[in-house]
Amino acid sequence: MSETTASETNSSENVKESSYVTDELIASDIDAYLVQHQHKSLLRFITCGSVDDGKSTLIGRLLYDSKMIFEDQLAAVEADSKKFGTQGQNIDFALLVDGLAAEREQGITIDVAYRFFATEKRKFIVADTPGHEQYTRNMVTGASTADLAIILIDARKGVLTQTRRHSYLAHLIGIRSLVVAVNKMDLIGYDHDKYDAIVAEYRQFATSIGIKNFTPMPISGFMGDNITSKSENTPWYTGPSLMQHLETVELDVTADQAKKFRLPVQWVNRPNLDFRGFSGLISSGVVKPGDAVRVLPSGKTSTVSRIVTFDGDLPEAVAGQSVTLCFADEIDCSRGDVITLSDEPVQVADQFEVNLVWMADEALTPGRSYWLKIGTQLVSASIHAPKYLVNVNTLEHTAAKTLELNSIGVTNIVTDKPIPFEAYSENRSLGGFIVIDKMTNATVGAGMINFSLRRSQNVHWQVLDVSRGAHAKLKNQQAGVLWFTGLSGAGKSTIANLVEKKLVRMNRHTFLLDGDNVRHGLNKDLGFTDADRIENIRRVGEVAKLMTDAGLIVVTAFISPFRSEREMVRNMMAPGEFIEIFIDTKLEDAEKRDVKGLYKKARAGELKNFTGIDSPYEAPEQPEIHIDTSKLTAEESADLIISKLIP
Amino acid sequence: MDAVTDTVTLTHLQRLEAESIHIMREVVAETEKPVMLYSVGKDSAVMLHLARKAFYPSPPPFPLLHVDTTWKFKAMYELRDKMAKESGMELLVYQNPEAKAKNINPFDHGPLHTDMWKTEGLKQALDKYGFDAAFGGARRDEEKSRAKERIFSFRSANHRWDPKSQRPELWNLYNARKNKGESIRIFPISNWTELDIWQYIHLENIPIVPLYFADVRPTVQRDGLTIMVDDDRFPFAPGEVPEMKSIRFRTLGCYPLSGAVESEAKTLPEVIQEMLLTTTSERQGRVIDKDAGGASMEKKKQEGYF
Repeated sequence: MSETTASETNSSENVKESSYVTDELIASDIDAYLVQHQHKSLLRFITCGSVDDGKSTLIGRLLYDSKMIFEDQLAAVEADSKKFGTQGQNIDFALLVDGLAAEREQGITIDVAYRFFATEKRKFIVADTPGHEQYTRNMVTGASTADLAIILIDARKGVLTQTRRHSYLAHLIGIRSLVVAVNKMDLIGYDHDKYDAIVAEYRQFATSIGIKNFTPMPISGFMGDNITSKSENTPWYTGPSLMQHLETVELDVTADQAKKFRLPVQWVNRPNLDFRGFSGLISSGVVKPGDAVRVLPSGKTSTVSRIVTFDGDLPEAVAGQSVTLCFADEIDCSRGDVITLSDEPVQVADQFEVNLVWMADEALTPGRSYWLKIGTQLVSASIHAPKYLVNVNTLEHTAAKTLELNSIGVTNIVTDKPIPFEAYSENRSLGGFIVIDKMTNATVGAGMINFSLRRSQNVHWQVLDVSRGAHAKLKNQQAGVLWFTGLSGAGKSTIANLVEKKLVRMNRHTFLLDGDNVRHGLNKDLGFTDADRIENIRRVGEVAKLMTDAGLIVVTAFISPFRSEREMVRNMMAPGEFIEIFIDTKLEDAEKRDVKGLYKKARAGELKNFTGIDSPYEAPEQPEIHIDTSKLTAEESADLIISKLIP
Repeated sequence: MDAVTDTVTLTHLQRLEAESIHIMREVVAETEKPVMLYSVGKDSAVMLHLARKAFYPSPPPFPLLHVDTTWKFKAMYELRDKMAKESGMELLVYQNPEAKAKNINPFDHGPLHTDMWKTEGLKQALDKYGFDAAFGGARRDEEKSRAKERIFSFRSANHRWDPKSQRPELWNLYNARKNKGESIRIFPISNWTELDIWQYIHLENIPIVPLYFADVRPTVQRDGLTIMVDDDRFPFAPGEVPEMKSIRFRTLGCYPLSGAVESEAKTLPEVIQEMLLTTTSERQGRVIDKDAGGASMEKKKQEGYF
């Protein structure tokens, strides 16, 4: 590099101890160099600190020292340093890592960015995340894949609120290796006592939140002290340089090999009738041909016959490898299942206590059904109101009814079917999950399973001797739910009544659940808030399900305005037994009719949360039956429905 | 370092390979109609190789799509057809009919060339076949705006990227659920660097276009770049004669837009050696990055460039 800066001069004075790229070997014997570099391992880490802690400067320095910055990039940064820089005439290393245009103008990093550099021993992936209060989400995201976290402390300021916040989050997300880097040592004259005081204060805090180990070190990202080599400015410091530590710390993927074997199945590989393999990334442990294995949740067992890869069959596969397993027996195994050794199965449950980080602007709606992706499983789940929130600044527990953006809480979740899992502390892949909003499909939360609730382990389904099929057969019919949905006054109840009458005339056994009637009894404790509407529909769904088990054709007439709740009920029923019937009336027509005078009241402000007025109605996207009431009378509508049901 | 003596230490390339394979399998399991964007460059070569590994012994269960500009190097077209055959995958080639009709070319139309053939061509091709997911070979180390892009990157119905509303990506859990009209770009080699790519090509013996290796080729100078004259469509200045030079390419695109470097590196180890000793970045030879100042790629991506 042709440019000489104060910081660069300083680093070249230091004796190089760590193993950055050696130019000599590249130039003299490239083949030897390549062989050496084929055996590098991979460490992922995250740097936590605010803009002022010198985080971007530290990353810029690591990239610069590892020659990951080229002359043209450097020239661009030099130009930018003059334009946006905060370091006077020196190169602003931070500008090397601040990416998007908007951020550059604001002078801040606002998202997770990934950086890459390598030494002779390791390749590194750095997740660069901001330290701003409102970006808990980004740090949790960056930390989720990290083996190690560097907590940056400004030596002039000591342990701050944000230091505690970052440490708590790193600990919550289960990072085993913490480096506490006391940065800007140059600005406190490399004062040993001040450094010791900061470390002592940090230790006290760390112990209080359950952090057992951390590695403190005095550094200066700007000047290069203790970054790649031990600094002469801190002769009292006996530990490793940052880079030496990064090059030798144990990797999660290596530690995972000592754990029990778990393979979440991603994809069933079936190129022809003679081959059936189960593909996935081994999340922990080791597997060999001949091992007796078990598939969860079914519990079926077999033996591994082959470990298939493009490069030939393997004699052994370990955590971190993507492989395809073949079994000796033909047993059922599909995406979402987990393969384990037969005597070390994972648990299966449907109710859990979890830590949940909320990541969306729209707050959690307790009771609503969300998608949960855990391992390779996608399941429906409802999330209870939080037991408490954790204030990430004070670490106090506070009561709350919901979770807002960037808040962290402990809560219970219930999945719609039992799933194989492990506690997050045991296995990140089988205990960590994301929460997906069913309406927007956005990733709205991230969670970590603490444990399954005793209830779900102990309450077993009573196996009934008279099956649901037998009930329906006795009635000489196919059970099911005719789910009418539409605005108030659309004609749901009228048409549903007609349909039921016609079915009875055809000797069908039916039962009609009407919105108003149910609210007088089963659901009389519920109001009309979003949460109560959701619970209303959930209960009706459960009742309807019991009735279909009894072999009945259930007819329901509820506004049921939310798509996700209708979807929740659909998922409760056996496939094909949920018939969604959309009674489609324009709001103005329904309002004109206003049989019960409710629209008038709502318009007058006497009725709150009225669907269509101040609460949304989400029309079905693909109803089984669509009735346009502007074209058909109630009688014609009922006939059309009957003709579709009983052709 | 390892407590257990018989622990296997996976190399960084094995880890990257396993991650890319995992990503590709997730896409196939969770999307309806995936396709692999294949540009015939070295990154595409690695991506295709990884796809063959991910689904072995099945062939990759999606087609290859080449959004062609008609201005690629001849050697690229040759390798493209050969690799499609070898992998047993269907090859779809799409050329924007409007660009074709208007004879859009890099000499007369400047940035419009990339815009119509590549950006527009890609949108048209994805719409025509109804692909809901497309694999691309972009890497996060290539360019600053890419460092912040997710592995699963969503595009609106009109193919725009919104860097402000990206979904958080945690652990190795990818949310592939789309809204109506949306499609996903998936970058399975996001975490590879240029050196990783070259080392992997070397180790795995992956076929690449010979233009990556030095040879004596006819060249002219244009706007500070060394351009190779690949066919007789090249418009010479009056009296201009191409100069024979030993050159190679670090990235390949349309031949009139790809800057060559003078080099004697004829083997992969020599290319890697040169790359490690060089002091300029890979995309420096691309005219496309220089169009509109520092943030040009970010702007292009928002407009629908891959």
